[in-house]
Amino acid sequence: MSSHTDALVAHKHPSDFEGAKIAMWLFLFTEILLFGGLFILYAVYRFLYPVDFHNAAIELNTALGATNTLVLLTSSLTVVLSIEALQRGNRKLSLWMLGLTILCALAFLVIKYFEWSAKFHHGLYPGAEELLTHSNGEVIFFNMYYAMTGLHGVHVLVGMAILSGMFYFIARKPVDKERMGFDIIERLRGGAHLAVVADNGNEIGKVLEIDDKVRNIDIKVTYEMVPEKYDPRNLIKLENSALYWHIVDVIWIFLFPLFYLIT
Amino acid sequence: MASHAVDVDHREPNYLEVRGRHDGILGWIMSTDHKRIGLMYLFLLLIFFISAMTLGFFMRLEQWTVGQTLMDAKTYNTLFTVHGVIMVFLVVVPGIPATLGNFFLPLQLGAKDVAFPRLNLLSWWLYLSGALIIFLALFYGGLPDTGWTFYAPYNVRTTTNVPLAVFGVFILGFSSILTGLNFVTTMHQMRAPGMGWFQMPLFCWGLYATGWIQVLATPILGITMLLVLVEKTLHIGVFNPAIGGDPILYQHLFWIYSHPAVYIMILPAMGIISEIMPTFSRRTIFGYKAIAYSSLAIALAGSLVWGHHMFTTGQSFTANVIFSLLTFLVGIPTAIKVLNWVATLYKGSIRLEPPLLFALSFIFLFSIGGFTGLMQGVLNLDIHLHDTYFVVAHFHYVMFGGTIMGLFAGLHYWFPKMFGKMYQKSWANIAWALQLVGFNMLYFTMLVMGYNGMPRRYYDHLEYFNFGHKLATVGSWVLISGILIMFINLLHGLLKGEKAPSNPWGGTTLEWQIEDLPPLENFDEIPEVHGGPYDHNTEAEVAK
Repeated sequence: MSSHTDALVAHKHPSDFEGAKIAMWLFLFTEILLFGGLFILYAVYRFLYPVDFHNAAIELNTALGATNTLVLLTSSLTVVLSIEALQRGNRKLSLWMLGLTILCALAFLVIKYFEWSAKFHHGLYPGAEELLTHSNGEVIFFNMYYAMTGLHGVHVLVGMAILSGMFYFIARKPVDKERMGFDIIERLRGGAHLAVVADNGNEIGKVLEIDDKVRNIDIKVTYEMVPEKYDPRNLIKLENSALYWHIVDVIWIFLFPLFYLIT
Repeated sequence: MASHAVDVDHREPNYLEVRGRHDGILGWIMSTDHKRIGLMYLFLLLIFFISAMTLGFFMRLEQWTVGQTLMDAKTYNTLFTVHGVIMVFLVVVPGIPATLGNFFLPLQLGAKDVAFPRLNLLSWWLYLSGALIIFLALFYGGLPDTGWTFYAPYNVRTTTNVPLAVFGVFILGFSSILTGLNFVTTMHQMRAPGMGWFQMPLFCWGLYATGWIQVLATPILGITMLLVLVEKTLHIGVFNPAIGGDPILYQHLFWIYSHPAVYIMILPAMGIISEIMPTFSRRTIFGYKAIAYSSLAIALAGSLVWGHHMFTTGQSFTANVIFSLLTFLVGIPTAIKVLNWVATLYKGSIRLEPPLLFALSFIFLFSIGGFTGLMQGVLNLDIHLHDTYFVVAHFHYVMFGGTIMGLFAGLHYWFPKMFGKMYQKSWANIAWALQLVGFNMLYFTMLVMGYNGMPRRYYDHLEYFNFGHKLATVGSWVLISGILIMFINLLHGLLKGEKAPSNPWGGTTLEWQIEDLPPLENFDEIPEVHGGPYDHNTEAEVAK
């Protein structure tokens, strides 16, 4: 765009990438603390019932848990590759990697579903008659198991939704939108005409009349034919989504040994 | 009106006149302007405050005679629960950051808005939704009667709709986290050129410390509320001993959040006092850095003292001693602030205007609240005081005498900048005097009654306490009349008040440098800052 347009869009809000990163990290702290409450409960109960936790953990299927760990670790890799690809302007590869990540998330949930249904089948779910015949510590183990992996599962779902949203944002044609300042609109009011003129003098935009009903003027630029062009805001959004996905992964890295490997 | 003003003098319309994408009410509830969002919070907050105050009025009235006066015990239980839930979660916690913080943080920093304006609007919507969900809980399954803390085993045994109310609190927590995150980022990224961290006004420092606690402590409340929710709906036993849980753990988790939350409530109020003191003494604040650092110190130490709510639960003696010690440590940064505020007055040219009066009553009441808090931090004394009116009165000295008085002080201080009008100062003074007298009649009497053994949360009392209860109830009338007069005066000022000058108090911070009401994006040009925030002794000032 020309310098004329730059002057026109004086009041545009700056996209503060660093600010977005700070906010995302702050949000990740809240996620860690949210799970932190559960980890404290786990620690207290594990300390109170070490033998019961050992016995109950035998019931869990370590092979499925390990598979899920592998699936999530792979997804963390693919989401990073997706960022890398977008940074290099390779939107297509970025979308492929993002799609793989979403598939991994789905695979995780499917495996989790089979794991949970097997437990339900054996009567090992909160409130079940069968579960209440077990010792107190085992009951708590399964309560904690469902609470923690359940909340984690919700986060996987949310992560999937976010990554799918990102897929859509990156897949669609990049659009820039610039808003003009108030003073400019005021100057144009009352029947002025607006045209977009390129540097070489060619008029590219339509001529419009700005009457009193116009409150804002946005200049919308759609990049139809530029495959390597991407909206830079998508990059920071993708990076933040990936950060969220990593935290989901990291939490699982802690859940896996605490529930499956303590036998 | 808006378009006329623009046509006539071609000045930029202020934030109240400006026409955005929407008109009418949509222009407010869809607005991402931090000033409008601040006012929307204020509007809701005052409605909630007045309704919860009315509940308090009836609770006091119930204590007029021995035995049943107005209501049965069950009704009284729901009354103090709803009073507490509304006051704590809907008024005092979001309180100052959401209202005055939203309005003045960007103005004081010299920024056009907060870092994430849309997120800010989302916070307001979450706040509204959380409030509506809590009110919905009133109509489905009855009012909760567990006390505002939702303690297990009360939350286990009650038949009322606690899950819904708890879910409402969870949503409110989300709103609080997003506000904190937004403010912290704003202060990191959007300070005007020349404004280092130590040129930032102290109100911002209060909000900064608050923002961190909001981000770091609220998730614990979130998970606690979620666990109560899954326990009650999915029977995942966490706190209910019948299905394997432990009620004491609930108290731990609850206070890990709720004690730091006390500082979420008080730190912004302390920030307001730090603004008012220098302005009305016409000199720079005494010990700027000490006040700024003490906000952080309070936030840090305050996060490690939750166990002092649980001295009587049978937690280990070692834990008790450590929590008691840490509790005393919080007293130090708090005392530093009080000392500095008083020292600011020394040799200042003091102007006794309404904002300063409210600020002074803050210092007085908050000091009583602080000292009575330390009394409860003493291990053996707390056994005697636990679960009595002493605790309730202490809490009100801190939260009401502290936070709400701070909010009132801030309202009187910034009212001219928010609305461009001035209230009647004489009536503001009368309201202030009534509030101060009524407040102490009510809560100091409760301190004494509590020390003599009056337990909290009883709808009835012994004959021995009847005089005290009558005195406190009369005090509540005086207090409420003071509050009503204040609100009427402010409302009158808003509708029919005289036009206020741009800087009626001679404030030195950036918001006062804006002509009249701030326009949509606050500053035509981002100002450049030279020197500290409270430089009253510049040459231009002296020449005046």
